Amino acid sequence: MMKSKADEEDYWNSSKFKAFTFDDEDDEFTKLKESRQAVNSICGLVEEEEDEDEVEKVSWSGEPVGSISWSVRETASSLREQSFPKIDTTPSLPKNSSGYSLSSLFKGKEVLSDSSVRLYAPELRKPKSEYKVTAVSLEKFRSLQEKLLLLDEAVGVHDGNVITAVLIYLKKSLSKEVLFRELESRQTALRHFIHYLTESKEQRLLLELYRALGRTEDEALLQYKEHLRITDENKRRDFLKSCVSLPFSPEDAGHVQDHYTLLERQIIIEATDRQAETGGKVEIFQKFPRRASILNMPLITTLYYCCFYHYAETEGTYSSPANIRQTFRIAEKQYFVTALAARAKLKAWHDVDALFTSRNWLGFTRKKSPLSFSRVADILSKNNAPVQVLQEYVGLVDDVELRVALAQKYKCHFIVISTYRDLKDRQLLLGYRGKVERGSEEERKIDELLSNPQIRWKN
Amino acid sequence: MAHSARRDSPELPDFSVLKRLARDQLIYLLEQLPGKKDLFIEADLMSPLDRIANVSTLKQHEVDKLYKVEYKPVVSTSDQLCFLIRPRIQTVKWVYVVNADKAAGKFKRYKIIFTPQKFYACETVLEEQGIFGDVSTDEWAFYLLPLDEDIINLELPEFFRDNFLEGDQRWVRTGGSALHLFHSIYGPFSKVYGIGRCSKMVYESWREQVKEGEQKARQAEVGTVFLIDRDVDFVTPLCSQVVYEGLVDDIFRIKCGCVEFGPDVTSSDKSIKVMLNSQDKVFNEIRNEHFSNVFGFLSQKARNLQTAYDKRRGMDIKQMKTFVSEELKGLKQEHRLLSLHIGASESMMKKKTKQDFQELLKTEHSLLEGFEIRECISFIEEHINRQVSYLKRNQFSNNLNSAWPCQSYGVDHLLTFANLKQLGLLVEQQPGETLTVMESKMGKLVNDKTAGKLTDAFSSLAKKSNFRALSRRLSLVPKSDEEYDLRVPRDMAYIFSGAYIPLSCKLIEQVLERDGWTGLEEVTRLLNGHEFAVTADLRPQSDAQRIILVMFLGGCTFSEISALRFLGRERGYKFIVLTTAITNSARLIEAMLDNHV
Repeated sequence: MMKSKADEEDYWNSSKFKAFTFDDEDDEFTKLKESRQAVNSICGLVEEEEDEDEVEKVSWSGEPVGSISWSVRETASSLREQSFPKIDTTPSLPKNSSGYSLSSLFKGKEVLSDSSVRLYAPELRKPKSEYKVTAVSLEKFRSLQEKLLLLDEAVGVHDGNVITAVLIYLKKSLSKEVLFRELESRQTALRHFIHYLTESKEQRLLLELYRALGRTEDEALLQYKEHLRITDENKRRDFLKSCVSLPFSPEDAGHVQDHYTLLERQIIIEATDRQAETGGKVEIFQKFPRRASILNMPLITTLYYCCFYHYAETEGTYSSPANIRQTFRIAEKQYFVTALAARAKLKAWHDVDALFTSRNWLGFTRKKSPLSFSRVADILSKNNAPVQVLQEYVGLVDDVELRVALAQKYKCHFIVISTYRDLKDRQLLLGYRGKVERGSEEERKIDELLSNPQIRWKN
Repeated sequence: MAHSARRDSPELPDFSVLKRLARDQLIYLLEQLPGKKDLFIEADLMSPLDRIANVSTLKQHEVDKLYKVEYKPVVSTSDQLCFLIRPRIQTVKWVYVVNADKAAGKFKRYKIIFTPQKFYACETVLEEQGIFGDVSTDEWAFYLLPLDEDIINLELPEFFRDNFLEGDQRWVRTGGSALHLFHSIYGPFSKVYGIGRCSKMVYESWREQVKEGEQKARQAEVGTVFLIDRDVDFVTPLCSQVVYEGLVDDIFRIKCGCVEFGPDVTSSDKSIKVMLNSQDKVFNEIRNEHFSNVFGFLSQKARNLQTAYDKRRGMDIKQMKTFVSEELKGLKQEHRLLSLHIGASESMMKKKTKQDFQELLKTEHSLLEGFEIRECISFIEEHINRQVSYLKRNQFSNNLNSAWPCQSYGVDHLLTFANLKQLGLLVEQQPGETLTVMESKMGKLVNDKTAGKLTDAFSSLAKKSNFRALSRRLSLVPKSDEEYDLRVPRDMAYIFSGAYIPLSCKLIEQVLERDGWTGLEEVTRLLNGHEFAVTADLRPQSDAQRIILVMFLGGCTFSEISALRFLGRERGYKFIVLTTAITNSARLIEAMLDNHV
């Protein structure tokens, strides 16, 4: 159900959402600052006596001395001082206590009044339904029919532990073919089995299971997952290459192909740039040393990196942003945001300007952007762009109210002034005069406008 | 600020007994291994253990040194080693020390204590490694950890993934046992409601356990139970939180009731860990408040504190003495708390301002309402493009395909996306489908510090059309033309700035109001059924009846807890939340990650 445009406006402008905003820096924030000052002003009194307070130490000084986490760390740090281990020759025979026993239960409150420790001890018990699956009795189930009955029984009691126990027994006592075949029609048991194999890292068996079930996409994903184990980038790249031909879903296949291509490029870029950096000849690497290697970074990080270090390169090189954009079919908006952020970070305002400038067929230039100009201004301001740069984009914001709000926020006084002039709002302009610096160019501009007889003010 | 509770609200039961129970049981297990021993503890268990015992407790029972269980050689010289771990195959494999010792001709005693229970698969590992029998095993049935006066945690974050993604029911019995333990101390229950497949199974498991044990007649302290599966409502935990406690969790991550505030909060060079619970007087008053109300409260407090301190001016010696002995300590404590929460608020405010949080909230709210779709898409687009690392909700129209997040967040997440699809959180749009919208969510995922970049994934709500219908049927989104005063909340929607009533909590409210699912047939149909309502053959006591245990299977958020507290105050109930873990959008998405071996 879509609401009308008016409704929407109303919704966001209605007072219930105006009550509080996280963007609003003055009102609530000052209140907070005041309270901070009030609290700080009484500091003197408190600090002088701080250490006497033993009682509060327990709950306050982080982990109190004597806490378990604290003690574990203490042991860890004292390990180096350890002397040679004592050699103990007395043999001890640990008793095999219980076989397999299930959850313990407690008696109720009547026990609690008794302080004897033993009464709280777990009482091991084997309810009837679970009796069947203790380690000993499992061996009695020899025929397939009995085994499957046991499995279905386990599934019926909804205890994953019991289900897995039976599955472990079936895994030992049935051939893979038979087990896989029977699991196919038992989804709950199958999911337990898959989870068990995953946890105990029985990769090969799991792959066989997927294959037997015809779940080729899962099989492919599982194989692909192996790349996470490979730390050497060249081996990883080769492994990914071998993954490309696996039976992924068409969409995933695209991602895997991209993953391979990306890593391949990153290896080339990394080698060249590392050399350039250590060589000390390339200015940008000297001015902005790389914080980390580009290997295994996401695509957009790679694009950002290339926009940062290799912006001017021609499309022919692997590291040129244009080439990356084309190879990985990066959307226009995405490319813009990334390039903008990178060039703004470098304070390359000229590049920023060029990014948005387009020429029409008559040769006139104008600013175009796939993302809203308010966003552009936001990104620029976060990169500490000077007012001269900011105002150019703030001025392009279509919505008048938003434009004025942004201009005030970023202190683009001339935008505010000219907007008020366009609105022919003398009162607002007069009011704004009080906000600009006395004797400044802005003030002069306002005065000039206010005394301009040609403007037909609406108030 | 402090809401006046209905005077007839029943009192909450005392949960400290649960801690004592767990502690005594651990001691019993340690004594099963007489003599000096070294204790190896799994990392995840340290904080829960800290909440119920301390080092001196362990030392008293002849624990010599404490170590973390890690994948590296053990250096202990003790001849008795005890391992305290979760029942995970991976961790059991780490206990390979035994074989090394055997090879070196050393004979020691080994014991593994699994908590809250052991799994057959773990013992199989011991068997396969040839050390079954050399190692004795035991169970520490530490199910219930009280985090606060109304929150009990199972501290099992893996419950969510194992159950809902992998389809492994290993924790079902654990859930049943936890409920049974609670029941045997605070029950008997007279009413149990629930919704979800897992809830049903947990209920069955609990029922079986009750049947097998003996139950003495006792005055019930808690009479009503509501079980709910996390997958009944994925929308709520994916929303950005704006209630103080939830916001602190989203930003600083509360771990087992404790948060670490860094130097930016403490305005000093050190971090401190703080317990966040009702014992903290300042926190207790702001935890359930919408963030916008917190500032006013804190500054009022600061002023009051100033006045109280100022009183000492012009006091004579005797008055001063009384002041110091009676008031000063309290004031100092309050001062410390206040300065901490002000610091936290400032820091959160700064972080959120930097992240376009306002726009994110706007986008989320529009998505919940289902309009301004185009704007939402463009917002989400730009943030995927910018690899923005914080959490957000997306809605994709058919002009968007899933290739795109992959480009930004790294191809490794191909596997993560496969998981999201499995859970129905991510649906790829079929070309040609007209503006059917689906909701999704991107999450902060892997934090690769070197690059300072974050790899993310996103998900969507598969029950796309259902959410709309549910929202209409249950009026989850209040009418937008009415003013919503966050200072005087009128319904649970206040926890999301008045924009949305959490589905999970709304269901609870409705079922309690109707005393069952009657009249909600259409709603349960949209939620895929699995609802139930059972009444025991007991004479219900009115007070116990109004203390309601809500068990979240798969985790719940602090915002939901705040909403339930609000509902309780309005209706004269007291809610106790029993959850498998505290979750939020980041944790939920992290649980789906598959970009590691």
